[in-house]
Amino acid sequence: MIIQKLVFYVFSALLIGSSTMVIVSKHSVRAAFFLIVAFCASAVLWMLLEAEFLALLLIFVYVGAVMTLFMFVVMMLNLDKEAVQEKFVRYLPFAVVVVALMVAVLIFAVKPGHLGDLGAAMSAHHGADYSNTKVLGMLLYTRYVYPFELAAVILLIAIVASIGLTHREKSNNKRQRIALQLEATKKDRLVVITDMGVNK
Amino acid sequence: MMNLLISLVWIVLKVLLIALPLLGAVAYMTLAERKILAYAHVRIGPNRVGLFGLLQPLADGVKLFFKEVIIPTKANSVVFVLAPIVSFATAAAAWAVIPFSPSWILANVNASLLYVLALTSLGVYGIMMAGWSSNSKYALLGAMRSTAQVVSYEIAMGFALVGVLMAADSTNLQDIVLHQQGGFWHWYWLPLLPMFIVYWISGVAETNRAPFDMAEGEAEIVAGFHVEYSGMSFAIFFLAEYANMILISALASVLFLGGWLSPFEGIPFLGPLFAFVPGIVWFFAKMGFFLFLYVWLRATFPRYRYDQIMHLGWKVLIPVTIVWIVIEGLLIQLKVAPWFN
Repeated sequence: MIIQKLVFYVFSALLIGSSTMVIVSKHSVRAAFFLIVAFCASAVLWMLLEAEFLALLLIFVYVGAVMTLFMFVVMMLNLDKEAVQEKFVRYLPFAVVVVALMVAVLIFAVKPGHLGDLGAAMSAHHGADYSNTKVLGMLLYTRYVYPFELAAVILLIAIVASIGLTHREKSNNKRQRIALQLEATKKDRLVVITDMGVNK
Repeated sequence: MMNLLISLVWIVLKVLLIALPLLGAVAYMTLAERKILAYAHVRIGPNRVGLFGLLQPLADGVKLFFKEVIIPTKANSVVFVLAPIVSFATAAAAWAVIPFSPSWILANVNASLLYVLALTSLGVYGIMMAGWSSNSKYALLGAMRSTAQVVSYEIAMGFALVGVLMAADSTNLQDIVLHQQGGFWHWYWLPLLPMFIVYWISGVAETNRAPFDMAEGEAEIVAGFHVEYSGMSFAIFFLAEYANMILISALASVLFLGGWLSPFEGIPFLGPLFAFVPGIVWFFAKMGFFLFLYVWLRATFPRYRYDQIMHLGWKVLIPVTIVWIVIEGLLIQLKVAPWFN
């Protein structure tokens, strides 16, 4: 039990610290690195709750795939620090409103009445044969099957929309067309020039 | 408190029991690769250091140890030093859940398949950090290529693993091995043949090995992400690459070739004859086969072009796995013998 408490406090502190650094740090790549640390720390906290499926999925999907693409973009950006800081103040009034709204929603949602007895839920332990993956799958595909399918459709629409909005066929596209390559004959490609003139 | 300490010491001992042979295997894998490549090219390969060149890896190790570790002036030194460590740590940590025999497994956890998938997906950070922190064009290009490649092939690999966990009805690697009992025709390579091939191709791509070694691409980007590294920090990248190769081989044998199960199981005369052989021998033999396949591929195929890699990953491998998941679902529903009854 002592070890679990130790792990909890260490990783909670790490989570809060790195999340703060994400906001505070002025270097965008460094901020992204801290975000990865934050994801890993929260995965450990989920692991403590015996939600191993969610914890590993967080690492697999968010750290392994989403953040790699994020880093990809951030590393390519050559941000001018001065310009970024200048714009910072311009959005301040709007940001304050958004933050106030989010805090209000959180306070409303995380009222003790909404979450039940957290202490009991935290201290309840399952046996070794308990599989978080199975339990979650059962719930997702029975009770929550409509919200689940709805989320899937929304994601699909998002994929189609983002491809449709950003995809432009380039005029100088150099894509390989294997059929065309195979159809090419000597006559199409080769021009023999002799002293008698051009011979096709 | 005392019990806790004792169990901790035990765990550390077991970790060493896996990690030290792994380092030895990596060292001799480099020699094996050079030898096999040499014979494939009709050369002799390293044969000067020790008998048949058997001490060559030691000589290489000593050389790398005593070379100077250079950190470029304009590099981000913290990330630059961390990158090889991240690379190797993720490659080594995944070994915790690999079952070597019915009882030899460091951590027999429920979601070990997911754990392995999560850790192998983290390996790309080592390459990425190296590419970015080196502050060099070639390194950055190598890291970019590698990121795009790993992210694309992870999807195909994930789908192939979905096939395995559907068949075994479990995400525990030991359970997956136990589910394949009953002779080599019960192993998942047969009912999941397309997935097996997809898994292997994306495994080779995931470890950045030839013919998918675009992240290094000596011909066009010098050596890619590790161009600025020298001495031991370069050697650690090398260790990580080989540790990853061995890991993918181990996983392929656990998931598709029955792990530590004997290939003669269920055969009338040969089964009892080979019953005395411990499971770990079969496991290592299967891993050896896949490792040989790695080198064989490298000796045979030229490097893929970038757009061809993307084409193969997204337009060939992923559709194949999706179709086979549907077919496999049908096989399971219809309880097709001898795999799904």
